[in-house]
Amino acid sequence: MLRFALTRMAMAIPTLIMVGVTVFILVRVIPGDPASLMLGDAGDAAALAALRERLGIDKSLPQQFLIWAGLLLQGDMGTSIATGNPVLPTIIGRFLISVQVVVPAVILSTLVAVPMGMFAAWRQNKLGDIALVTSATLLMSVPTFWMGMLLLLLFGLKLGWLPIVGYVSFSESFKGAAFYLILPIFTLFLHEVGVILRMARASTLEVLGLDYITHARAKGLPERAVMWRHAFRNAFGPTWTLLGLILGNLLAGVAIIETVFTIPGLGRLLVDSIFARDYPVIQGCLLFIAGIYVLVNLMVDLLYPIFDPRVTAQ
Amino acid sequence: MRPVAPNLVIGLALTGLVGAMALLGAFWTPYDPLAMNFASRLAPPSWSYWLGTDEFGRDQLSRLMLGASASVKISILTVILAISSGTIIGIVSGFLRGWPDRIIMSLNDALLAFPGLLFALGLLAVLGANENGIILSLGLVYMSSVVRVVRGTVLSLREREFVEASYVMGNSLSFTMRRHILPNCIAPLTVLATSMCGWTLLAESALSFLGLGVAPPMPTWGNMLAGSRSFLDQAVWLVIFPGLTISLALLGINLLGDALRDRLDPRMRRRVG
Repeated sequence: MLRFALTRMAMAIPTLIMVGVTVFILVRVIPGDPASLMLGDAGDAAALAALRERLGIDKSLPQQFLIWAGLLLQGDMGTSIATGNPVLPTIIGRFLISVQVVVPAVILSTLVAVPMGMFAAWRQNKLGDIALVTSATLLMSVPTFWMGMLLLLLFGLKLGWLPIVGYVSFSESFKGAAFYLILPIFTLFLHEVGVILRMARASTLEVLGLDYITHARAKGLPERAVMWRHAFRNAFGPTWTLLGLILGNLLAGVAIIETVFTIPGLGRLLVDSIFARDYPVIQGCLLFIAGIYVLVNLMVDLLYPIFDPRVTAQ
Repeated sequence: MRPVAPNLVIGLALTGLVGAMALLGAFWTPYDPLAMNFASRLAPPSWSYWLGTDEFGRDQLSRLMLGASASVKISILTVILAISSGTIIGIVSGFLRGWPDRIIMSLNDALLAFPGLLFALGLLAVLGANENGIILSLGLVYMSSVVRVVRGTVLSLREREFVEASYVMGNSLSFTMRRHILPNCIAPLTVLATSMCGWTLLAESALSFLGLGVAPPMPTWGNMLAGSRSFLDQAVWLVIFPGLTISLALLGINLLGDALRDRLDPRMRRRVG
């Protein structure tokens, strides 16, 4: 088990380095001086010279990368052109807001979609299965930005049950924060339920066709025991892996939901920085989200043996 | 003969409808989609304006039709870019193996280490948020999936007897690739390209919705929805119709993708049988 964990963690290091190299190159391919790009129009000659010195612009590209990576490891992502604030604390503050939307949505949709997916597989090609798969396909086909606007229209404007747009932090008012987060969480929940349900159904169908399930049924075990004690753990593995990908993708795409509900999260910070050509923040957001994506998938892999101990033996 | 799957019929019907709308929209629309008419601003659906008008009095049906041709054009060009570049790189990588394969796959894995939309946003920051920027950035993002699929298929095919037989018969490397390897990549690529059409359509709408796509006044479904946010309480039709069009297009592509996977993916065929 320890060997499996160490091997998997060691495998994440080259991926993180490749992510760093890609983000470094991405900003370097923009024509012009990277220091001028990083300072924007606001920088004077002295500030420009200081930044050129700090980034080692006169050195070779690999040396520049090592200097940049060194600063990064010390938590130094530079300062924002637009606000003058250090990049990393800004990103962390916005990330904590996005997490409040993304994580509850993924947890809720998993809790609802996995049993539904297993039920659909158990009732394959029966009415319940057809109804669930059709609903899942329909939900998957509705873009989150439209779903969010429809929910706003219904629960915010027509019924007046929930606030329309905005954000209140939990430190200001717990009830207010929860109220403002219900609709964005529910929007993501509806979309992800469809995706997870289809995956849970497909992996359960694979497992239900295996000999050990036939054997469990032949022993006379009740269906509930067959499904939960025997099928669930093996069927949940692929869905568990999918959850890591969904979490990462949602963090990258959360800008859409944050735009609909005017939430000042990490996605909105990235999009606003693209408009403002605030390259230090763009670079910081890309690195941060991609780094979280790699780490979330690492955690998913490390916890995978809970559902399928065979992976540690391989 | 196997019965025709309902998802194939509905998928084909919906994608055909969107395709026809895009094709017609490129040549003809009921009204000029860009002409403003303040006398009829925010008019609800009626016999004159079937889907109502927007805040500038522009006919929404005409704008949806023109938007369809813009969205479909971007999707098709993106998929063509991703499939063609990914196929060439995948075949070269899988066939040459050794260090070229290792270098190509390391670079490809670096692309796959990013969530797709995030990398597209990063590229848009560099390339510029416009139509060409979207095609290039999404094309590059989806190319990495094509490289992986094609390389995997080539690696398994190159050891097969019919490929070895082609060499023994004296055929050249390029002939063997064109005649024996490429046709065998078509089935997995067809499934991937169909899904990719859906991903691209959704990503393009999302980017336009965020203001990073085609700039107004040129309509796309995404920027029409973004524009409707300010009129949520006054003109519900501005929210309903563009969203419905995107959803129906995505539903059609998803159903078509499922049906094609059932037919073309050998593993699915075995399971069905």
